[in-house]
Amino acid sequence: MAESSSAPPPSITAQNDADGRRIRLEGRWTLDASAQLEQQAQQIVDSAAGARLVVLDLSDVARLDTAGAWLINRARQHLAQGDVSVVIEQASVEQDTLLEEAAYRPRPPAPARWSNPIVDLLEELGRTVVAGVREVLNGLAFFGEFVVKLGEMIRRPLTFRLTSLVAQMETIGFRAIPLIVTINLLVGGIVGQQGIVQLRRFGAATYAVDLIGILVLRELGVLLTSIMIAGRSGSAITAEIGSMKMREEIDALRVMGLSPLEVLAAPRIFALIATLPMLTFIGDMSALVGGMLASYFYGGISPEAFWSLMQSVAGLNRFLVGIIKAPFMALVIGLIAVNDGFGVQGSAESLGRQVTASVVKSIFMVILLDGFFAIFFAAIDF
Amino acid sequence: MMTLIAPAETAPEKEALIRVRDLYVGFGERLVMKGLDLDVYRGEVLGFVGGSGQGKSVLARTILGLLQKRSGRIEIFGEDVDKLAQAERRKLEQRWGVLFQNGALFSSLTVRQNIQMPMRETRDLSQRFMDELAMLKLDLVGLKPDAADKFPSELSGGMVKRAALARALALDPELVFLDEPTSGLDPIGAAEFDELIATLQKTLGLTVFMVTHDLDSLYSICDRVAALAEGKVIAAGTMETLLASDHPWLRSYFHGVRGSRLVAAFDGEDADTAKQST
Repeated sequence: MAESSSAPPPSITAQNDADGRRIRLEGRWTLDASAQLEQQAQQIVDSAAGARLVVLDLSDVARLDTAGAWLINRARQHLAQGDVSVVIEQASVEQDTLLEEAAYRPRPPAPARWSNPIVDLLEELGRTVVAGVREVLNGLAFFGEFVVKLGEMIRRPLTFRLTSLVAQMETIGFRAIPLIVTINLLVGGIVGQQGIVQLRRFGAATYAVDLIGILVLRELGVLLTSIMIAGRSGSAITAEIGSMKMREEIDALRVMGLSPLEVLAAPRIFALIATLPMLTFIGDMSALVGGMLASYFYGGISPEAFWSLMQSVAGLNRFLVGIIKAPFMALVIGLIAVNDGFGVQGSAESLGRQVTASVVKSIFMVILLDGFFAIFFAAIDF
Repeated sequence: MMTLIAPAETAPEKEALIRVRDLYVGFGERLVMKGLDLDVYRGEVLGFVGGSGQGKSVLARTILGLLQKRSGRIEIFGEDVDKLAQAERRKLEQRWGVLFQNGALFSSLTVRQNIQMPMRETRDLSQRFMDELAMLKLDLVGLKPDAADKFPSELSGGMVKRAALARALALDPELVFLDEPTSGLDPIGAAEFDELIATLQKTLGLTVFMVTHDLDSLYSICDRVAALAEGKVIAAGTMETLLASDHPWLRSYFHGVRGSRLVAAFDGEDADTAKQST
């Protein structure tokens, strides 16, 4: 038997016979012949035009697979619908089995889907809105659950998992320091540089120090740090809890009478709340140093001059405005990360989706929260 | 020639450790349990069978409280689970142990720490005592001592199941839930696991609720078998009772191509032991 790769491609030859048309199939009638296979099958139907009886002679077919058998059957069906009788001759036993297995089955007609682009768009919009509202409600529900669990935990302070909390603080806080320092240093430098360059035009280059101080302490420090932590720790928490969920470890905790909120969620959320303000402080300082470097290299302001100017800018108020936001950002990041982790279903795809959603949502909420704080502080004139 | 262990000869006392009445469980619009009744008696090994996707795991999870029921009554150790206060519920959970289908070992803890987790959380024991107990459980389930400090990812499938069983037995429970314990095990491993369950059941006086597809397990270690179809328990009793039933699903389950081979072997065994005892 010829190797399928060296057997000739599928082809047919048709000749008129005493009773009708005799069509001889040759070559390899297998899937690897790709487009040619379908073409030749169509040729069977075409060359049978006009005949009342067609004989398909399979004696020269080198190889046949289910695809080829299906196409032969399909051609046969097509001809039969045109009142042409088809007979298959010279098929080997294996070929007969294949032809029987790949017997023609009509494709059920696709259910008529009435579709209109505008309606589809509205439907999509509606679904998105409903899903969004559900997400918000889900988040609120989880927040409520967490508060209730907090209440219970406060009544038994000795059962608090201190070891777990400290371990999480190390992972979430301590190990994030290099990242926070670097990012804030760079952004502080960028802001400082633009401040110098733009304000120089009004001969007010030294006010760049004010700009740097206020921006960093009030907004940038806490915002950047929160976003970095949301990306770094938010995704880690969701992935960790999510993969535990996938492996039924959460269920195992529950049947042992342990509360996943207490064992897994609380230490992580408290670790975030405890460490984010510290990281914000470190971030603030790094950004100020970055600003100092930019002021020195682009504005010729010496470090001594920079810091003495900064002293009057960096008042306690401005610093507090930034730091006060930090625990709230941490709470939001933590709740979203943990909730999305618990929401993971059984598949890897679900895990990936939830981790992505967790990061996007927490960054969004962080920025939204920052906006609310801005309005709030403006309203109380702080 | 297959050797099947004869079923455990405990005459089940009539104290029902689990009593389910008229249970309805559903997801969205789909009802999975439709008025299900079931009893599990103290000291017995109950095998629970049903088609895939029929809800075997759903029932086990509902009894354990992992899923909400729509209506119905579940009594465990004689207590209605709906009426339990938190503290009582905690006590209840310490009287049972669960073996999940894939082990569900805590992946960030070693085997020893996994086994000690229930002990640490619910009892006030010295570290040394907990270590000794953990090694004892490891030995009971047939694991070598060096498995104690391995992480779940370093264990083979059979070892994971044994370690998970050790954790399920950590608090010396009266009731053990097994979710498809022999799935994924080779025939030798599966037979060994069956033997392990039978031995432990006798020595520790366990009541076992075993969800399974494994016909061999049903024959070899189950005192009674309950079958789930169409949202209800359609038969519950000894293997003989189920084999004699003419419910269409039961017939194709036990007397189909695979089932009949085992029936023949089982009957052959019985005939042999009967001959030997006379």
